[in-house]
Amino acid sequence: MSKPVQYMQRTKNTYDKLGYPPYRWFEADAAADFAPVSKGLANSKLGLIASSGAYVEGQVAFHYKDDTSIRTIARDTPINKLRFSHITENYLPEARQDPGTVLPLQSLAELQRQGVIGELADEYYSCMGGIYSQNRVKTELIPNLAAAIDKQQLDLLLLVPL
Amino acid sequence: MSLIARYFEATGLPTLILGSALDILEFARPPRAQFLNFPLGFETGPPNDRLKQIEIVGEALKGFETFTAPLVNSLPFSWQAGWQMIETREREEKRDDQRSIRSNQPQYQTDKDRQLAEGN
Repeated sequence: MSKPVQYMQRTKNTYDKLGYPPYRWFEADAAADFAPVSKGLANSKLGLIASSGAYVEGQVAFHYKDDTSIRTIARDTPINKLRFSHITENYLPEARQDPGTVLPLQSLAELQRQGVIGELADEYYSCMGGIYSQNRVKTELIPNLAAAIDKQQLDLLLLVPL
Repeated sequence: MSLIARYFEATGLPTLILGSALDILEFARPPRAQFLNFPLGFETGPPNDRLKQIEIVGEALKGFETFTAPLVNSLPFSWQAGWQMIETREREEKRDDQRSIRSNQPQYQTDKDRQLAEGN
């Protein structure tokens, strides 16, 4: 098995080379809250947020300067209508051919069909990663996502970064 | 993504991250994380292999039922061909992790997308 890549060091090197201000990842200073899972997966409604910059043909694409907006991806969006705009585009050539590598619409649908997942949200949500300002993540992106997720009445939430 | 996870978890909604950057996950300590040791861009499975994608996502979701405290767990999948594919690409293109220009203009995947979204 490959040794895990040290992405933080790698990104620091890239940013230094490009002359960008250093990127600051969120560093936890305490353990996260841990909400109890009250029902099994097979009896739960699951939602999805992905930060690979996915959008649907016809929607406005993300921009690359700390975009804190979100896009709604209907659960039944045809796969060939999915697009990606993300600041690390170099990770996306395969996803642009097969979105199932970063956006598991079809995998979730199949797992629900098999009864592994009880129910799926009608809408999934997409956002951009690599936002410099943690403050803007907290005061803009998270409220945008929270308002959307609130509509879905979820039991569980899957999060897929890029 | 860990900030987002921590927010929703604190509201009482259980979250689970499926990600491929172990160092970033361990730095941010989200409530539940499944680490898939695949190159970035393949967090939910290899391309054009629907069965493997379903298997990986299904395995990851088990974490909702098995984790009893905050944890970054490693999933039991490996993909040597994928690492080789990325290594070859980076060598040929002489680059690894790049960053696009931080422009505030929408970055459409295709011109047709722009026309459909902006109507011109």
